[in-house]
Amino acid sequence: MNRDYEKSAANANLPRGRSLWADGLRRLRRRRLAMLCLAVIAAYVLLTGFIYLAETFDWQVSVTNWDEKVGTEYEPPSAGNILGTDFLGQSGLRKTLYGAKVSLTVAFWASVISLGIGVPLGAIAGYFRGVVDEIVVWIYTTLSSIPYILLILAFALVLKGKTIDLGWAGLGIVELSGITTVYLAIGLTSWVGICRLIRAEVMKHKNQQYVLAARSYGCSNMRIIFRHLMPNVFHIVIINLSLRFVSFIQAEVILSFLGLGEKDRPSWGAMIDTARLELPKGHWWEMTAATLAIFFISLALNVFGDALRDSLDPKLRTQ
Amino acid sequence: MTVYIIRRLLYTIPIVFGVLLVTFLLFNVVAGDVTDQIAGKAASAETREEIRAEYGWDKPMFFAWDSQFFNHLKNAVTFDFGRSWSDRELIIDKVKRGAGPSLSLTIPMFLGTLIISISLALIVAFLRGHIVDVVVVLLCVAGMSIPFLSFILFGQYFLAFKWDIFPVFFWPDLSPAHYVLLPALIGIVAGLGGNLRFYRTVMLDEIRNDYVRTAFAKGLSVRRVLFRHVLKNAMIPIITQVVLAIPFLFLGSLLLERFFGIPGLGYLMIEAIGARDFQVISAMTYIGAILFVVFNLITDICYCLVDPRITFE
Repeated sequence: MNRDYEKSAANANLPRGRSLWADGLRRLRRRRLAMLCLAVIAAYVLLTGFIYLAETFDWQVSVTNWDEKVGTEYEPPSAGNILGTDFLGQSGLRKTLYGAKVSLTVAFWASVISLGIGVPLGAIAGYFRGVVDEIVVWIYTTLSSIPYILLILAFALVLKGKTIDLGWAGLGIVELSGITTVYLAIGLTSWVGICRLIRAEVMKHKNQQYVLAARSYGCSNMRIIFRHLMPNVFHIVIINLSLRFVSFIQAEVILSFLGLGEKDRPSWGAMIDTARLELPKGHWWEMTAATLAIFFISLALNVFGDALRDSLDPKLRTQ
Repeated sequence: MTVYIIRRLLYTIPIVFGVLLVTFLLFNVVAGDVTDQIAGKAASAETREEIRAEYGWDKPMFFAWDSQFFNHLKNAVTFDFGRSWSDRELIIDKVKRGAGPSLSLTIPMFLGTLIISISLALIVAFLRGHIVDVVVVLLCVAGMSIPFLSFILFGQYFLAFKWDIFPVFFWPDLSPAHYVLLPALIGIVAGLGGNLRFYRTVMLDEIRNDYVRTAFAKGLSVRRVLFRHVLKNAMIPIITQVVLAIPFLFLGSLLLERFFGIPGLGYLMIEAIGARDFQVISAMTYIGAILFVVFNLITDICYCLVDPRITFE
């Protein structure tokens, strides 16, 4: 049946239908700069994945041995140590590479949390409207009335050092420390934007014919939301997330810098914090290394996110 | 109109209540009784009781007339936030003292960013597609990708420390114009990327309209068309941005104040984070939210005054 249709379509020289995603990805692939940025992002992700594997299987690679003394203290960059050494003689390069793990882990979990809260809440509010909608709108209006930096600081400060009993989930008692606090604070405060977008989009789609058709088949509300509506609005989430990832990475840097983040392992924020006192002494390399590491991933994500938006959602184009 | 304002005012009540609920849940329920932290290990049982009584942690949480939640609401409405843990000063006094230095930094920074980014955006939007436009957009994205901390650290190091153009640090004897110059400059440069890109989009939407073509056809100069006609019509999104940025001006700049030692509200918060002084953070969160809600209200009323088509649903 399907093949017959394809054959007849080819004979009649009709254009074959393409899905939104296929179309968008085709447009995206034509942009060289976007593809270059994707390669940069992939490199950071692969590096993070590699560090996780190396730590799990206890491989002896230089990145995970960042605390090894490779030279004397404050060695400027040289052929041996490209990014110099810090006050303990540890390699700047290894620390910078290891920092990618902290940043990407935080940004990843923060995204998971903010999607996990924002998407279902937005979808349910937009679909059911009424009292549910009013409650959801009240919650996010409240949260967005609090200046973001204060909200995130308040969460990070209060959550730090707390213990949560996750015995019911088989995890025992978990102490919130280091990066766990950071991604919880970022995730719990940043779902508002996504929730608002999804709600507006679901409201727009809800009265379209495919939803009506699904309802006439007798689909349950949950099935309509998650099987029919979600695939049609999810590209908005992807676009939004790629740009939001940058703000998660930058927020991690600021929180770590303020001493609310990872303390025992190198992170870009902690590197900037130590570099603050080193810079006046002329030790510029640690600061430069952390800045460049953040700059490249942020730039790649910014450019790629813009390209993604232009290819997947031509209506939103800014140019 | 009056009905609209009254309804809009009533609408702020659940929001303020929500903000208070959030701060209460965070600082009283999740953080809870932190007597041990304030009193230290060596404190006697008597001291502990005193501290508990002062912050009200011995009272029931929600359901009583004298409950913690009810007192939290009452204190917030009367702007009585109690005393800070670290130095026993009234929190409201600290906030009042910090607002001045913060504003002396943020207002010049804000005005500078606004004037520079709007004028540049007009020019760049006029040159859309030209190589200048492409380069500026790329520079904006690059600027947005550099962490704020790097702007501050490198700016302070090179401009103040190494080349000695500006004073490195706040000093009470210096005039505000003197010590605010460098942090404001750094703030402007760091914020320029995002702002310029935003205003460029606004101006692009406007510049494609027919009246712009008509104005050019009449033979008006480029400057006159851009800064008279286009700018006036682009005012609505600009005003929204401006009014909603005002509450943030009062809160100061956390990182800039920290690095330049300016004793404003940002510095107050940094100190409070270091001392884990929850009362101060809670009060600042509430004040920030109130300012935001008030200025949001003002924006909406302004819209209503400007545009009679807008009604409140």
